[in-house]
Amino acid sequence: MISINHLNFRYNFHRPPVFTDFSLEIGDGQIIGLLGKNGTGKSTLLYLICGLLYDKKHSVSIDGIPSHERRPETLQRLFIVPEEFELPPISIRQYAKTHSGFYPNFSEKVLEDTLREFELSPDIHLGSLSMGQKKKAYISFALAAQTDYLLLDEPTNGLDIPSKSQFRKVVASQMTEQRTIIISTHQVHDVEMLTDRVVLLAEDRLLLDASLNDIAERLRFEVRPVGADLSDALYIEPSIAGTLVVAPANGFSDTTTVNLELLFNALTQNPEVVKTLTQPS
Amino acid sequence: MNFRETCPIYLQISDRLMDEILAGKYAPDERIPGVRDYSVLLQVNVNTTTKAFDQLRQRGIIYDKRGLGCFVSPDAIQRILSIRRDAFFNEWIPDIAQAIRQLGITTDELLSHLEQCNEA
Repeated sequence: MISINHLNFRYNFHRPPVFTDFSLEIGDGQIIGLLGKNGTGKSTLLYLICGLLYDKKHSVSIDGIPSHERRPETLQRLFIVPEEFELPPISIRQYAKTHSGFYPNFSEKVLEDTLREFELSPDIHLGSLSMGQKKKAYISFALAAQTDYLLLDEPTNGLDIPSKSQFRKVVASQMTEQRTIIISTHQVHDVEMLTDRVVLLAEDRLLLDASLNDIAERLRFEVRPVGADLSDALYIEPSIAGTLVVAPANGFSDTTTVNLELLFNALTQNPEVVKTLTQPS
Repeated sequence: MNFRETCPIYLQISDRLMDEILAGKYAPDERIPGVRDYSVLLQVNVNTTTKAFDQLRQRGIIYDKRGLGCFVSPDAIQRILSIRRDAFFNEWIPDIAQAIRQLGITTDELLSHLEQCNEA
């Protein structure tokens, strides 16, 4: 479990705080979608979780061990794929040979299967790849490391259209009950069907931490024909097919699909939506 | 698979499996793909597929064999047809009735169009 207790964090005193009294617990065995506008601290949060950044009070821990200590027993259970990274100009085989030793559960087979799913050769040279290929190669290694915690920062950025669906396939196939995968993104459609839970950041605080099941039980997401009654709507948005509506479920729980983009807009514009989602049932 | 805008994904997945059984893709007492394989195929969370399978199990459309996976029930087709028939009368007909009122369609007109569809 990842625990964040009353975190205060800022890069320096000339810049506003990224997190103020921020608390969050992330239980195991879930795929979490980490959402938020640009500059709300999604990447910062991932770096804090893996200990690449830390606050003065050391308020971030994984299974009780403070992340900032970066102990080997924690690091071998953790992998982060940053949004941007450099890879050494060697073959993926060579890379796996030199780096897999850090991850006790590393699987050669998962590496090959994932590369194949991404239509990459198991012999590719990391020095001669496009941005998207580099990302797919590194995501393949990250999944093959089979760590309990996998942090992916904007993994679908730079991926072409077929690669996005390949990405969803490899994540769905490599997910297990022991594993926790956090995917930060602003391309919600890329991960909508994969996530168990969404964590939404706004400015320096947590806007929402809820499972998709809970959201589906409390809210309805509908397309209503033009002219239909909108009096119960918490949020509306015009669309080609009619009016997109977020409304309280009111007894019709779990009858519609959660539309994350609509939810995001609704949450950032109407505080009542947060209340509907967080009040005890 | 393209997911419809508003119907919950797990219901769309169970609908899809029921369609496949009706189409004869999986015969009675034949094994269906595992939850994980089916999730990968549709690129969805395993828990969503699990929920769909649970629903089909509850309705007696599929059953478990310990250690072997999920199988199509011998009477799955009858069960699916009866569920679909209920849905037709309880969900589709009210919508159709509303359209009939709005458009001022008479019963005779409706019946003659239905007969045309059946002949085609």
